[in-house]
Order: sequence, then C-alpha cells, then structure tokens
Amino acid sequence: MLHPTPTLKETPSQTAGPYVHIGMTPNICGITGVIAEDLGKTMIHGDVEGERIKVAVHVFDGAGVPLFDGIVEIWQADASGNFVGPAAPGSNPAPAFTGWGRQPLSEAGAATFETVKPGRVPGPDGKLMAPHIALWIVARGINIGLQTRLYFEDEAEANAEDFVLNKIMDKRRRETLIARKDGSTYRLDIHLQGDKETVFFDM
Amino acid sequence: MSGIILPGADGMLFQRDRDWHPKADTPGYKSTTFRAPRHSLLSLGPTQSEMTGPTFGHEKLGPLDNDLIRNFSQDGTDAIGQRMIVYGQVLDENARPVPNTLVEYWQANAGGRYRHKKEGYVAALDPNFGGFGRSITDENGFYHFRTIKPGAYPWPNTGNDWRPAHIHFSVFGHAFAQRLITQMYFEGDPMIWQCPIVATINDKAAIDQLTARLDRLNTTPMDALCYRFDIVLRGRRSTMFENRKEGN
Repeated sequence: MLHPTPTLKETPSQTAGPYVHIGMTPNICGITGVIAEDLGKTMIHGDVEGERIKVAVHVFDGAGVPLFDGIVEIWQADASGNFVGPAAPGSNPAPAFTGWGRQPLSEAGAATFETVKPGRVPGPDGKLMAPHIALWIVARGINIGLQTRLYFEDEAEANAEDFVLNKIMDKRRRETLIARKDGSTYRLDIHLQGDKETVFFDM
Repeated sequence: MSGIILPGADGMLFQRDRDWHPKADTPGYKSTTFRAPRHSLLSLGPTQSEMTGPTFGHEKLGPLDNDLIRNFSQDGTDAIGQRMIVYGQVLDENARPVPNTLVEYWQANAGGRYRHKKEGYVAALDPNFGGFGRSITDENGFYHFRTIKPGAYPWPNTGNDWRPAHIHFSVFGHAFAQRLITQMYFEGDPMIWQCPIVATINDKAAIDQLTARLDRLNTTPMDALCYRFDIVLRGRRSTMFENRKEGN
C-alpha cells in the first residue's frame, strides 16, 4: 500500500504586498493596543543557554536597492541543537528561547535579530549539519516567500561537510550563505538578483 | 508489526507544485522585475530545520484579536463598513485539519485605504479601523474573525490598475516549510480578472481556490454577511504502514 495521492492542492501564494507590516508587525504601523508586542520581536525570554549573538540580515534587490519594505523571519535550533517543539500538555507553552524571530527590514534593508548561536542538528544523511539559521523573506514584488539559510564563517570545518552547502554545485555560490563575523554580530548580505545572487531553496 | 518504512514514506512534505504557485518573475506585476531571483531554486527535501516550526501558545491571544470591527476602536464604536464574518478550515494536502496553528490577516478599510505610512490613496482613514487580526485554529483546524468588507483600491503599476477587494493571510502550519502568505478574494467580484497580481497565477482553478464563497446560511440575521475561505498547506507523506493511529 502506497501513500495516497494528495487530494487537495496547496493554496497558491500571493505577494505579501507593501502593507505587510499591518499584519505582521502592526505596532510599527501605529496599530497599537491590539497586541502588546509584535510577534517574533523577542526570541529570548529570560535565562537561555548558549552564546548570545546578533544576526544582521541585509537584503538588496537586483538593482542594488535595499529591500526597504520587506520582512524577514528566521527559525533555528537552540544552542544544544534542539528545536522548540509543540508544548506537551501541562508544560510551559512559552519557552525561554523561541527559536523563531520576525523583523521588518529598515530603510537600509537591514534587520537585526538577537538570538543564540544554534547547535548542530542532523541532516538527511545522518551526519550533523553545520550550525545554520533558516530564513524566509517576503515583500512587495515577491510572489512566493523566498527560502534560504544563514551559515557562520567561523564554522569552516562544519560548513565544509554540511549536507545542504554541499548540494550547491557552484562552490562560489556557497559563499552567498556564509555570514561574516564582526564582534558578536554575524552579517549576511542577501542579493535577490545579480552577480552575487543568493542561493534560494525549494525545500 | 510496527515501524515498517515504505519507500518514499518518510514523513517528508510533498514537494511544492511551482506551476500552481505564481512564478517569481511576472512582468505584468512590475515590482517583481528586480526582486525575482534569476537562478533556479535549489530543490532539496526539507531537513529537520524546515520540518519543524514555531508554536504559539493560546495565552498570547486577546479576546478582540479576531474582531477587526472593535480591536482598534478609539471611541468605543464599530468600524465603518459592510459587516461580515470570515471563517474557514486550515487543512493539509491530505485533507487533514491543521489544528492549533496561527493565522494572521490584514486588510484595507471599507474605502480601500490601508493604515500604513506608505499608503497614498485619497480615500479616508477610519479612525476606528486598524486592519489587523489573528486567530489560532481550533482542534478541527477552523479559524474565524469578524471584520468589514475591504474596498477595492487603485495602485500605479501600469498607471491605472485596481486591486479587487481582498484580505491578506499569513499561515504557519507546523513546519517552517509550510509557511504561506496569500490573499483571499470575494466570490463574484469582476475586479479579480483585471488584477495583475491575481494574474501572476496561471491556473484559473488556482485563482478559484483564493476566492471565498458567500455562506448565505451562516449569515448573522440583521448583522453580518458570512464568507468561507479554506486554506491548504503542504501535506506530509505517511510515515508508518502498520500499527498507526487512525488518521496517522
């Protein structure tokens, strides 16, 4: 018996549009009083194990213009390489480390996340993947959210054996996913088009 | 008898049908020109990082989060416009309900004006309408909210384009790779077929899937219309052959 053929089609995507902030970061639109804090603004609540880092994501379009009206979401494992799962009945539904962040891009096309450096998690080949953060970018002019990843330049050994990075045949393009370290901040420049176009995934 | 793994039955998400979704580069919608990647996407199965996803406790939602008629009211009165209930079921491609998942929605006011600093349309703001709300689906995957019908509005694009009345939706599912943003349109609206953003979708059946149905029986007497909009997220291949719970 094989698995059944899907019976429904996935709902087609549509662009998030220029006013995406109303729905995803309403407080920055002056829509205050509905929710106390925009969802995903804070990833760390209280004591959390691991190295505290900042992740600065800068996004540019094919003309080199900052993606000033987009939103970036990130999802990652905690410092031990575990993902926050659905809360078990009776457990704390608000974990100290959420693993998920959401930030609007600034006029300069930048968003900074205060998080912890993720641990390694197993890849499909059973080996550990290099520490990484999953990214999802939406904006006006993006018809379906773009999936990519952020890796860390100070994890060269792990990066060299990473399952996903090694799937990128053109080795030069692997560099588009490697964030550069400056103090406690890791910066990744994402280019939607052009010579430095970032590798985007269909995962 | 348990734990027999079938070939291909690894619990992975079904691959996205990229012909059903809009392509990245759609010249009729000009904003895509410099924002569409030119390289092909790198197709990989989701790993643990994409098969997991954030969860949101019920405790974070307030009683007015799903009431756009009242949740931004400044003077205690209702937002202006055609009152309506929008509801629907979040399902996966296997037609299984997706319970306990966050659904966010946002929209223009009854005049077609958004509450946003980048908005330049001359239509008036409604001081009592914010345009944002959210729900968490119940155990059967249902969400519902109360709002007013958004107006159509003009946007530049080719000089005189108009968006049909629509509501934006953001849905999480239980895996980061299920993450979806889309727009809901209204049954019978002739503006749908003139819209360059709708037209980024090639398949008429796919556009039809974005069109909410008037649910005449569930209208609230002397109060609100009712529209139903179901949302389908990516489904998973079955994991186990034997000894599984009903519905896997």
